[in-house]
Amino acid sequence: MIEDLLHSSPGILNFGIFFVLALLFLFVILGFVTYAILAERKVLGFMQGRIGPNHLGGRWGLLQTVADVLKLLVKEDLIPKAADRPLFILAPVIAFAPSFIVIATIPFTDKLQFADLNVGLLYYIAISGISIIGTLMAAWASNNKYSLIGGMRAAAQMVSYEIPLVMSGLGIVLLTGSLNLNEIVAQQQEAGWFILWQPIAFVVFFISATAELYRVPFDLAEAENELVAGFHTEYSGFRWAMFMLSEYVYMFAMASLISVLFLGGWLPPFEFLGFIPGAVWFALKFSLVVYILIWFRATFPRLRADQLMEFAWKVLLPVALANIFLTALLKELLSIF
Amino acid sequence: MVRTEEILLNVGPQHPSTHGVFRLVLTLDGEVITDAKPVIGYLHRGTEKIAENLQYTQIIPYTDRMDYVSAMTNNYVLVHAVETMMGTEIPERAEYLRVLAMELNRVASHLLWWGTFILDFGATSPLLYAFREREMILNLLNELSGARLTFNYMRVGGVKWDAPEGWIEKVQEFVPYMRKQLKGYHDLVSGNEIFLNRTKGIGTYTKEDALNYSLSGVNLRSTGVKWDLRKDESYSIYDRFDFDVVTRDAGDAFARYECRLEEILESLKIIEQACEQFPQDGPIMAKVPKIIKAPKGEAFVRIEGSRGEIGCYIASDGKKEPYRLKFRRPSFYNLQILPKLLKGENISNLISILGAIDIVLGEVDG
Repeated sequence: MIEDLLHSSPGILNFGIFFVLALLFLFVILGFVTYAILAERKVLGFMQGRIGPNHLGGRWGLLQTVADVLKLLVKEDLIPKAADRPLFILAPVIAFAPSFIVIATIPFTDKLQFADLNVGLLYYIAISGISIIGTLMAAWASNNKYSLIGGMRAAAQMVSYEIPLVMSGLGIVLLTGSLNLNEIVAQQQEAGWFILWQPIAFVVFFISATAELYRVPFDLAEAENELVAGFHTEYSGFRWAMFMLSEYVYMFAMASLISVLFLGGWLPPFEFLGFIPGAVWFALKFSLVVYILIWFRATFPRLRADQLMEFAWKVLLPVALANIFLTALLKELLSIF
Repeated sequence: MVRTEEILLNVGPQHPSTHGVFRLVLTLDGEVITDAKPVIGYLHRGTEKIAENLQYTQIIPYTDRMDYVSAMTNNYVLVHAVETMMGTEIPERAEYLRVLAMELNRVASHLLWWGTFILDFGATSPLLYAFREREMILNLLNELSGARLTFNYMRVGGVKWDAPEGWIEKVQEFVPYMRKQLKGYHDLVSGNEIFLNRTKGIGTYTKEDALNYSLSGVNLRSTGVKWDLRKDESYSIYDRFDFDVVTRDAGDAFARYECRLEEILESLKIIEQACEQFPQDGPIMAKVPKIIKAPKGEAFVRIEGSRGEIGCYIASDGKKEPYRLKFRRPSFYNLQILPKLLKGENISNLISILGAIDIVLGEVDG
């Protein structure tokens, strides 16, 4: 349907439909963020011998995040006197927008996809790289030393980990010969999930993805025990909420991307389970990835900045490069693909 | 040529990992610390001066508030000093209750340190596990003294309250439970590659440095000096128990980590033996006058607290208040080595170095 709309002549009606669809989609994602935060708090609670939110919205605290967000929205808008005002205001928007844009290209099922781009994977990586500008802007505009150090770390980390991320993704591109995410999933139907064909790439990709999401053990940019709150030290209220939102939306996007690239997207694990709709399979795989990310948070301490860099350049990158080589050999020798 | 500038970074007094109101003025060249200047005194209450106008029993609650994480040892050092001056004979049962309380408190204190030290590295779960066990100890001490942190439990000549019925059994049950949990702690953290990377070889100092800076407690023992006042200058009834002094040779943050965790085990040993030897009945207070007057003269006693040597000096002119009271507060002395350790380090190592020293600001500021 969207495909037809994209190719039809532009008009107010088309625009309206797109606008409504995007708005609907935004709400779906906000819903996810709301419950991802709740899930994170609940899962962390269980892992740490606590209960977690259990007051608002019944035993499961279903309305806790809603209340939190409401509180953030009505909070006083504080901008430090010494801050660079326009940059300070612009930064959260720039950090948030790309996180939402990247989701357009993710195929949730073979039909449900906003933009079936032929360069889907490249598009994702290119757009997600923009977010770091928002982070740096926030760090610089706050006129706070902790923010500045946090921002610098974030930038260095982003640049370093994007490389192994792309390099490990290349293995899959080599196998499928396509950057189209839809096509990548379709190929897994015959060949089996790529986690089986590309286990090394999966590990490297997952680690780099965790780093890209600034989640434990790679949350140096906002290491509260060292840098107070890193680049968003001076942010509060809804601007801070925007940063948090962008982080969780990225989590959504990255978990989806991992499911698509390595876990077969909407495909069922076995043929006979095909009667269950693809969207359910996608949601399950996606939840598994999110769960592992939360699990990390409950388990690991944080790396040190220089060790983080070393790990990216001296371990992940060579492994990813070796994987590309192996993949090329595999493809030539086995000629399955 | 790029023009670079050093930046001045003010860490604290409200920074999340200075463990209280500690302030540190850092000069940074990039992320490397070129100079560090600790600023203390935000929690200074003038305990020593206040004490000059208080009777000895009235001073005890003030000692609770010095090292509020390990208040029992502070209680003890004051009453021990007064008792030394008066030459009071302490009843058996009171001695055992004191030792039990102090050792339980030492375990609680090390647990708190363990949780917060790892929390500083960004791992949140260990803190909650440590607090779960610490809570049990605080409940035990609460049953004993009626307070969870500021116990005000010991008196000149004995202790204020006797152990309630079944208390000793509860302590005996706690010991094996704690041993089991400690194994879990090791499984969870001690072998973690990231944790090892952040503590091994970080904040290293030599035996000579440690002695020159007058460090005590684990900070000293982690360099290989076998010095524990419970053994080397035995006070109370510590000579009756069989336990080891834990030392390590490395002198880095990880050595101090290992020492503290093993010290928990040693304390548990003492607790276990004290429970077995605990006298069935007997008085908990010696016969002391209603108004305690230390005889004219002076005394200095020192004991092994959770953080190092706590000393108490009393000069008395025979009145019911001390003429001068002075505490040797171990955190204050241990902190002095910090600027030396920080120079030339990466700022990310700041928290592991500061955390490993284990300061309590109430004690640093006095």
